[in-house]
Amino acid sequence: MTVIPLGVPRRLLEFTLDGEPVRAPEGSTILDACRAAGKDVPTLCEGDTLTPKNACRVCVVEVEGARTLVPACSRKAEPGMEVRTDTERARHSRKVVLELLASSVDLSTTPKVAEWIKEYEAKPDRFGPDAARLNEEPRVDNELYVRDYDKCILCYKCVDACGEQWQNTFAISVAGRGFDARIAVEHDAPLTDSACVYCGNCIEVCPTGALSFKSEFDMRAAGTWDEASQTETTTVCAYCGVGCNLTLHVQDNEIVKVTSPHDNPVTHGNLCIKGRFGYQHVQNRD
Amino acid sequence: MDLHFGDSKPTDEEKAAVDALLGPPESSWEGAARDEMRAADLRWARGGREARERRDLLLPGLHAINDRIGWISEGALDYLCRRLTVPPAEAYGVATFYAMFSVKPRPATVLHVCTDLACAAAGASDLCAGIESRLGLGSGVGVQRSPCLGLCERAPAALAIKAGDPVRTAVAAPATVEAAVLAASAPDSAEEEPAAAMAVPQAGDPSLTLLSRVGVVDPSSLDDYRAHGGYTALRRAFQLGPAGVIREVTDSGLVGRGGAAFPTGRKWQATAAQPDHPHYLVCNADESEPGTFKDRVLMEGDPFSLVEAMTIAGYATGAHRGYLYLRGEYPRALARLENALAQCRARGLLGDDVLGQGYAFDIEIRRGAGAYICGEETALFNSIEGYRGEPRSKPPFPVEKGLFGKPTVENNVETLVNVLPILTMGAPAYAAIGTARSTGPKLFCVSGSVDRPGIYELPFGATLGDLLTLAGVRDRLRAVLLGGAAGGFVRPDELDIPLTFEGTREAGTTLGSGVVMAFDDTVPLPRLLLRIAEFFRDESCGQCVPCRVGTVRQEEALHRIAERTGAAAAGDIALLREVGRAMRDASICGLGQTAWNAVESAIDRLGAYE
Repeated sequence: MTVIPLGVPRRLLEFTLDGEPVRAPEGSTILDACRAAGKDVPTLCEGDTLTPKNACRVCVVEVEGARTLVPACSRKAEPGMEVRTDTERARHSRKVVLELLASSVDLSTTPKVAEWIKEYEAKPDRFGPDAARLNEEPRVDNELYVRDYDKCILCYKCVDACGEQWQNTFAISVAGRGFDARIAVEHDAPLTDSACVYCGNCIEVCPTGALSFKSEFDMRAAGTWDEASQTETTTVCAYCGVGCNLTLHVQDNEIVKVTSPHDNPVTHGNLCIKGRFGYQHVQNRD
Repeated sequence: MDLHFGDSKPTDEEKAAVDALLGPPESSWEGAARDEMRAADLRWARGGREARERRDLLLPGLHAINDRIGWISEGALDYLCRRLTVPPAEAYGVATFYAMFSVKPRPATVLHVCTDLACAAAGASDLCAGIESRLGLGSGVGVQRSPCLGLCERAPAALAIKAGDPVRTAVAAPATVEAAVLAASAPDSAEEEPAAAMAVPQAGDPSLTLLSRVGVVDPSSLDDYRAHGGYTALRRAFQLGPAGVIREVTDSGLVGRGGAAFPTGRKWQATAAQPDHPHYLVCNADESEPGTFKDRVLMEGDPFSLVEAMTIAGYATGAHRGYLYLRGEYPRALARLENALAQCRARGLLGDDVLGQGYAFDIEIRRGAGAYICGEETALFNSIEGYRGEPRSKPPFPVEKGLFGKPTVENNVETLVNVLPILTMGAPAYAAIGTARSTGPKLFCVSGSVDRPGIYELPFGATLGDLLTLAGVRDRLRAVLLGGAAGGFVRPDELDIPLTFEGTREAGTTLGSGVVMAFDDTVPLPRLLLRIAEFFRDESCGQCVPCRVGTVRQEEALHRIAERTGAAAAGDIALLREVGRAMRDASICGLGQTAWNAVESAIDRLGAYE
């Protein structure tokens, strides 16, 4: 049985969303209200288990009276606010943000981004063949996971998950500045020389596949990764008594990666090294 | 947190630099060796939460190491982290954020050669090439091309910083190759910088208000400051009481001089009214807008006035602690202000009982380390707190949650200094200066193609032409840049623009922080635009996509059309407009939002690339 905490009842506030009056519980963001109203606003750096960082700016919407566009993921709804999600101005910024990202970062494993590029008619190659790219090589320095920073959009989710929001390990940070900023451990060392405890909670929140299981990385490289043929089975981790839920992703009768349901009240999607990576004994058939 | 330290150990020198700031380590938790601990009981571990609460000493700690050694090694960074209980990954992120720090070995002396707008127009690229050929590998000097050093009235400029105990600095401006090389190789014997008053062509003019003491008083003497009217405004403030001071400031119509023009009285009132405590006062002296040097001249020429003004602001808003965030490239201002604070403390003008009025207030100087973005108010808070200088999203606004999450009032140096005449002459008399909507005197930083570059004080309402005539504008004026890199260009036939907030707004441009940079037709416009674009690319913090990638794409497009005009440039100009619009609309902070302003104005007003 899943216990759903009811919490303190919240007052509803009224505002206008694309000309329609909507009511949202006090404290909810514009994005919450959009989703409740069935509107699709693209998001990349927003994560269901994290405080919004509003760094990617792909969810911007227009608020009457505001000088600039506002990020729907973090701006709280206010009574009487007039929000428009689909104006030419908002669509323009989303389009350019998608172009800027796609022209500098490898988004091939970012879910949904191809659809958005089509929807917003973004043309990432318009910046020409010489447009600067990240040009990072995948960092394979341990047996558990790979950091492929060529796919990193610098959403800060891994930093937040590793730091104060979940894991409290603080093994990674953003280093450098501007276009040269990269996610790095101390002294930009290999992961094995860092404070990393291999919980893999950064992989769980990474929206682009820049952080991935070594198993997934190797299978993608070999061309054998086939998400469509994978099954997902959620079970309880057997290592200790906490009772974390594990979702085992299985392809050809082999576990290829492990995630955890984000709505699970025990884990909120977080695991430790054993639950996340310690599955080999299950498939040890000798 | 999972604190993890590698095997790298600090050298004795590095350890001494950190210990000089933080005191000797008291337990093995903080990295003390057994024999260093004077405590008899070795089971005692000081540190932990107590140390974590000193996180804001991270930036001063990085400065301490960099000042002593010239760069920050792994061992030194780890030791500092151990002392402050900061995860090394975070500290690495902070150290690599600032342009003045290096985490790679480099020579002990770094010569920063300004290649920004005013210096570029004064031949910085030749100078730089000359210096680099003289100071090659093995010279013991690293040459670093730098954004604006705030010495525009003496362009081209170079600043040498020689690590050691103490760190030594020397300025060469206007710099020749010889002068710059001498400054770098022997900073102690380099020629002394001219007095701050040399940057004020009007110095001694009785009509001056804000600059009245620059060049008149001895900037190192509190007595001289008091003999010239110093500390009468603070006495008046104590007579009026906090609410009375805020009323005067509100009635005076004073608005922020840093560029945003927000009413100062409203800001003070909003902070004073916050029930949460403590309140903080922050003086933004991180003057980094290319072409701006007024705050430097004020701090070098009349440092006590800033201390007095901060005390008044603290008193009015209920703050007992003020932070003065000073640009890292201003060593002389730092020395003058440190001296001023020490004298004020010794004479009871700062401390537990200011002027015997029962009000406690003190000021701490925090140095920036080379990041334009830290002039953004919330980025500045993060910088002081020991985090990367990235802007926060607003709301909440600083008056509610600012420094250390507490109600904070943040003002620019010039804004604060205006409070003194408001209190001494009274709000009505102050408000009578200038125009109805832009009251008071205003400082302008004039540089470029003029005979008498420097800081000018004029009442709001004088025209651009008046100012340029005063500064002795040269013939063949091609363009005037108002407001710095984040501002906009105007044409030579627009000199009747009134220099007020409303006047410049009506003319479709901006007053910004008061930069007025004149360019004659010898300076190729596309080169200037490219330099502005480089500046924004270098200074973007990298937090949001429109600014991080947009500034790169802007620079690339300007590179492509540097030699092109008309139809050959049309495609890239359209691209610039689209990217610029998204940066303006969707960036988190003012840096990204204004990064396209100057380029846009050059295309639309000056007809660059036509």
